[in-house]
Amino acid sequence: MVPTNYYLLLSAILFGLGIVAFVFKRNIITIFMGIELMLNAVNLAFVAFSQALGKPDGEVFVLFVIIVAAAEAAVGLGIIILTARNRRSLNVENVNLLKL
Amino acid sequence: MSAPLVIFFVLAAIAVAGAVSLIVQRHPIHSALSLIVVMVALAGLYLLMGAEFVAAVQIIVYGGAIMVLFIFVIMLLNAGEEERTNFSKLALYAGIPMAVAVTGLISAAIVNSSAVAAQPVTLTSTRTLSTLLFKEFVYPFELTSFLILVAILGAIVLAQREN
Repeated sequence: MVPTNYYLLLSAILFGLGIVAFVFKRNIITIFMGIELMLNAVNLAFVAFSQALGKPDGEVFVLFVIIVAAAEAAVGLGIIILTARNRRSLNVENVNLLKL
Repeated sequence: MSAPLVIFFVLAAIAVAGAVSLIVQRHPIHSALSLIVVMVALAGLYLLMGAEFVAAVQIIVYGGAIMVLFIFVIMLLNAGEEERTNFSKLALYAGIPMAVAVTGLISAAIVNSSAVAAQPVTLTSTRTLSTLLFKEFVYPFELTSFLILVAILGAIVLAQREN
């Protein structure tokens, strides 16, 4: 059997890579993918704890996270389409409407 | 080394390689395909932990629905390779230390904790999960259906062209 700590370490590494993708990528869509990667890392931790504690509650939480991620993807990609249509670019540098 | 441990390391290596590939690739389509690799590897890990329903949902909803939506938007907007800008230097000097610090802190906390020991894998049946979902968590479940409805309406309002 695999120790729970291994799953949690993998989850931490994937979360860190998600942060790197979020900070470094210049394309709005790829930044969004970084957020999805972080959500997946948290899901892995949820399932690992659920299995370690012998309670299925954590898996129900994963289902909720997946539902919220789906809703987030629908609205977020709508916003991205709107931004790309108005700014003619997908670079986050050009999305500075709220900048002072 | 036991068989589950070998499977874990193979799937973990695939997942980490996919995540690194997501960051390294310049073209959004390649990043999206790398993310699909990560999600399929994670579904394999869920199966390894006995969470069969979550693994199926991961493949269907994440690998199937959400990533198809992503690729659809990338192709719709005809997204090309991303260009490097000056701001990336600031991200280099502030972003890398932050990501390393977050990962290091979480990893240190995990390594130092001894509370969770290895358990034999028990299969979580879909019956158990659905009973829990529709009895204990029925109000959050109904609220998520409302959330989905609001998200659909929001996406329609955002995407429609004003004439």
